[in-house]
Amino acid sequence: MVAKRIIPCLDVKEGRTVKGVNFVDLRDVGDAVELGQYYARSGADELVYLDISATREGRQTFTRLVERISDGINIPFTVGGGISTLEDAARLLDAGADKISINSAAIANPQLINDIAARYGSQFVVVAIDARQMEDGVWRATTHGGSRPSDKELFSWAREAQERGAGEILFTSMNHDGTRSGYPCDTFARLSQEVSIPIIASGGAGSVEDIAEVLTVGRADAALAASIFHFGEITVGDLKTELKRLNIDVRC
Amino acid sequence: MIAIVDYKMGNLRSVENALKRLGAEYVVTADAEVIKSADRVLLPGVGNAAEAMENLRAASLVDTIKQLRRPVLGICVGMQVMCRHSEEGDVDCLGLFDARVKRFKPEPDLKVPHMGWNKIGNLETKLFKGISGGEYVYFVHSYYPELCPDTIATSVHGTMFSAALKYENFYGTQFHPEKSGDVGERILANFLGL
Repeated sequence: MVAKRIIPCLDVKEGRTVKGVNFVDLRDVGDAVELGQYYARSGADELVYLDISATREGRQTFTRLVERISDGINIPFTVGGGISTLEDAARLLDAGADKISINSAAIANPQLINDIAARYGSQFVVVAIDARQMEDGVWRATTHGGSRPSDKELFSWAREAQERGAGEILFTSMNHDGTRSGYPCDTFARLSQEVSIPIIASGGAGSVEDIAEVLTVGRADAALAASIFHFGEITVGDLKTELKRLNIDVRC
Repeated sequence: MIAIVDYKMGNLRSVENALKRLGAEYVVTADAEVIKSADRVLLPGVGNAAEAMENLRAASLVDTIKQLRRPVLGICVGMQVMCRHSEEGDVDCLGLFDARVKRFKPEPDLKVPHMGWNKIGNLETKLFKGISGGEYVYFVHSYYPELCPDTIATSVHGTMFSAALKYENFYGTQFHPEKSGDVGERILANFLGL
């Protein structure tokens, strides 16, 4: 059986990883390659690098960084942030990314999913959905960091993304993101039934139990987390040991 | 010298990087003469099996590959085109391995593509020297080679399938050794040392 994946997410700005404490054995925690290698050694199954640069120079720096990541890391990694054209995707593929994650650009132009998947395969395309449950109970996909609701409803958008060629869905609940109060597991479980491609759960983890719950009750295939790893609350290795103790199939 | 066959089936950078990390010398090429004279040949590949066969034909590499007598390693779609036939595009392939390639059928708890780390078992041959059954490697695929007499490693995703195949000097892995951490690097090093 395929193991549940644990995926640390690293934010990169102007070529440097941001957030994160000083890990003991790292010379430079801001170095994306060194931090990625640290996570790979501690048992991460994949990595996600999110470019949060706002400038063109930052974007160019990021591409060069992706080349270095590809040179130095022997597990798969996804890159996201600011990918809005087939050319952006091509540039990151050439730089060595295993997958790209698209979010607002896919909502603005769903054909982008078809174009990238047709050219580079579904395995290369992760569609990230930041959704918020509105007062009427409907989960609506949002753009621009959750600030703008779109006309896409979560489940139908996820199905559409799959039909257009997405290989995975990365779902973040904007109601839970940053709250550390756990995941909306019923919503994850339904999402997992609506589509046949893997679901990555993001946003909301405050504890090992939260992650265990989304991987079991929520039927998610992978959990992505940033702060609990970056701030050294738990290592990837310890998290996986705990999950294994809870009878969750993880690689460790 | 190792030849990485460039037949326009996805990015070769991760395979190149894995060889670099092992300190191996390689060349990326579609030149039949270079491929014939190489000590080791790698046939990577991401994408569609029918397109992969088409690209091999277009590059006039079908017979070149079939006639190689030194160790050859196909990875993912590179391995699938070394099988007999693929359901992906209903295409006849090189026929080096006596297996057909079939599609996983999605079920409620069976995601397709099969993506992520899964265990390999029933390991045979020196390709897996130093690797114990139950180790995890990284897979990304929707089609799989069935079990056959050439199977040298198995994995399970709904059904048991060939995670690796061998016939004479031809080897293939459905998983990506270049993305499978230290275990994958060991398998690649074993291939180079065959």
